[in-house]
Amino acid sequence: MRNDKLIINRRQLIRGAAGGAALSVPILHFVREAYAEQYCNMPTGKEVVLGFNVPQTGAYADEGADELRAFKLAVKHLNGEGDGGMLNTFKPSALKGNGVLGKKVAFVTGDTQTKSDAARASAKRMIEKDKAIMISGGSSSGVAIAVQSLCQDMGVIFMAGLTHSNDTTGKDKRKHGFRHFFNTEMTGAALAPVLAKEYGTDRKAYHLTADYTWGWSQEGSIKKYTEALGWKTVKAVRTPLGAGDFSQYLTPVLNSGADVLVLNHYGKDMVNSLTQAVQFGMRDKQVNGKQFQIVVPLFSRLMAQGAGEAIKGIYGSTNWNWQMTDEASKAFVKSFGKEYGFPPSQAAQTCYVQTILYANACEMAGTFAPAGVIKALEGFKFDGLGNGPTEYRAADHQCFKDVLVVKGKEKPASKYDLLEVVDITPRSKVEYEAKMLGGDLGPVNMKPC
Amino acid sequence: MFGKTARQDWIFLAIFAAFVLSMPVTLAPIGAGYPDLLQKFAIYGLFAIGFNILFGLTGYLSFGHAAFLGVGSYAAVWVFKLLTVNAVPAVIFAVLVAGLFAAAIGYVSLRRAGIYFSILTLAFAQMSYNLAYSVLTPLTNGETGLQVQLLAQGPVTDYINQDVRILDQWLGVKEVGVPSPSLFGIEMSGWPGFYFAAVMLIAGMFIAQRIFRSSFGMMLRAIKSNQTRLNYTGVNPRPYLLAAFVISGMYAGLAGALLAVIDPLAGAERMQWTASGEVVLMTILGGVGTLLGPFLGAALIKYAENIFSAINEKILHATFAWLPDGLQNAVVEIAGLFVGKGWHLTLGLLFMLIVIFLPGGLMEGFERLMRLFRRRGGAHAEREG
Repeated sequence: MRNDKLIINRRQLIRGAAGGAALSVPILHFVREAYAEQYCNMPTGKEVVLGFNVPQTGAYADEGADELRAFKLAVKHLNGEGDGGMLNTFKPSALKGNGVLGKKVAFVTGDTQTKSDAARASAKRMIEKDKAIMISGGSSSGVAIAVQSLCQDMGVIFMAGLTHSNDTTGKDKRKHGFRHFFNTEMTGAALAPVLAKEYGTDRKAYHLTADYTWGWSQEGSIKKYTEALGWKTVKAVRTPLGAGDFSQYLTPVLNSGADVLVLNHYGKDMVNSLTQAVQFGMRDKQVNGKQFQIVVPLFSRLMAQGAGEAIKGIYGSTNWNWQMTDEASKAFVKSFGKEYGFPPSQAAQTCYVQTILYANACEMAGTFAPAGVIKALEGFKFDGLGNGPTEYRAADHQCFKDVLVVKGKEKPASKYDLLEVVDITPRSKVEYEAKMLGGDLGPVNMKPC
Repeated sequence: MFGKTARQDWIFLAIFAAFVLSMPVTLAPIGAGYPDLLQKFAIYGLFAIGFNILFGLTGYLSFGHAAFLGVGSYAAVWVFKLLTVNAVPAVIFAVLVAGLFAAAIGYVSLRRAGIYFSILTLAFAQMSYNLAYSVLTPLTNGETGLQVQLLAQGPVTDYINQDVRILDQWLGVKEVGVPSPSLFGIEMSGWPGFYFAAVMLIAGMFIAQRIFRSSFGMMLRAIKSNQTRLNYTGVNPRPYLLAAFVISGMYAGLAGALLAVIDPLAGAERMQWTASGEVVLMTILGGVGTLLGPFLGAALIKYAENIFSAINEKILHATFAWLPDGLQNAVVEIAGLFVGKGWHLTLGLLFMLIVIFLPGGLMEGFERLMRLFRRRGGAHAEREG
């Protein structure tokens, strides 16, 4: 009996203590939130934390790795280390080379795994645990859209990295999201005239499309602009993201009567589908009395490297290429090359630029508060970041600039010399009304988190 | 069907509740005191507790439970889109839908036992995943994921991108931007979301405890220990099995709904076989057939996933800065394999160690410790007597 009593006493003690702890939790919360935080993750120390959320695994891992390199380089330059890269050519610049608003720039990283769920979880970790005030990154539009709406809800800024779907700044646009990269609408408008010139206006196209927002958007834009020039679309087949083997999708193409194959794929998917299409001997075939052709609407030097021989002579569009001859591009390539030993990809360039633009907007606004930063970015016109004169359109937070139409080089001089610029389509030809793509930016979210 | 609650059970539940509710403070020192991770602890804990009702009690190993989680998420998001952003109807509807879905899959799968049952459930889950990705895109929005959107202006042509929220509209709620799920006005992101999930977890634990103590639970255990004998005594185990399967499916549906409540996006990857495998790992790691084990396993795996995967070279260098340079680089190189992208390796090692040395999971470890403690205490008492 004596023992029994003892046990009960001990339990009661534990129960009491635990109950007390449980009760004190909500109270502690209020105490914690009692400091005057005027917006989510207002930086109070000597550092400001940026969160870089990139795919480190999955179909877009190569792009992700390059994005991360660019982010690290941008942080270095913002803190006044290294040779300064495009900070020297960027104008009008409010940056001082001592961090942002006198605070040193620090960063945390996360792996999106190219999955919306995982990307939101890692972005949330960076916002809630590491107190990141801006999230950047991407490489899949599905992920970018998911993370963008999360950033809107939490009240931090999202500077989209590589995301090409119209929806990012179209029907899924948000007040807190900004995109420097171009979109499928611009690709369609720039690429279709070049295709018509090279391959004629009487063509039958067969689309293989990555089955998610970007693929749908890309397919829609290419159809829209090529059909306007007289092409016909025979069929559009959706393939799962990260399929690996595309032979089952490629086999029906030659019997469909189509004479052009449009691969709306990106990253490793595009490398695989293009290589397999070339191995099937598609490019040597004659259909409808014409040479069979393959088009890859969006491609980058990284993918060209992956696809090797197969990329030669293939047309596509790109946001930026390291062989651009303007001062800014040269400065960036030099700085990136010195750091890592090879030239940057388009993904790297857009991520670097986004980081610089965010920092600059904070300096312009004199605050990290989202309301100020958003106002500074909206309608901001700048030059010297590798794409010529560029404008952040206020109505949809989309950057407008010239678009490059490129072709896989027939005789590369080095293993990085893979793309040849065929045409630089001026901004005026790819611009469209903001309301064409629908969506609504919504309000600024200044709620503390 | 529920058994009586013994005093000890109440005490256990009270301690459990106190621990769960105080996690934001007690787990802060190990870097886990932030809402997103704690929400995951609660939600996946619930998922694993429900899974354990099937696996722990009847011994039927389902390899497709993630399908119910996914279905729950989709059901909840559809309620947000069509009816209201209030969390309560979404949760109720998701649990019902997941239960129905589980009844259908369970009815077919439970015709077989052992490995065949596992394979059947795996096949059904993988089928659901692929359907969500391809044919059912109008319901699931495929890879992009189903999200809450702006209210439709004018007639609705596309329910994926235009929401109606009939109930909210009828109540005259004014929306600015895309609304987030709420509980009668309290937004369910961050800490309120965690407390909502925590209350559900405690309720889920209570129900699981009642099932464990009930005659129904006894029947499930009988199925595990000797189904043939049960057949010979004239008891048909199938209805019991199906009930257990549906209950655990409803737990998964609830977990899926909570995932959607704290973050209104439903993606197909939630139903992938890796997600189904994860809940099996959680349960085994924590202790199959114990009440608390699955929750501990879920917390351990989610902790490893979030914390180990975020450790990078820089942090490692800082940690091992006290070592001489050459050695430091070597240590960082080796340790680097186990963190960041390689966190699965750490998890794998941990899993192996536990299965080899503590086949009963973490709970067996605690029991051994307790026994050690008690033996000492007992020896002490004897001397006294």
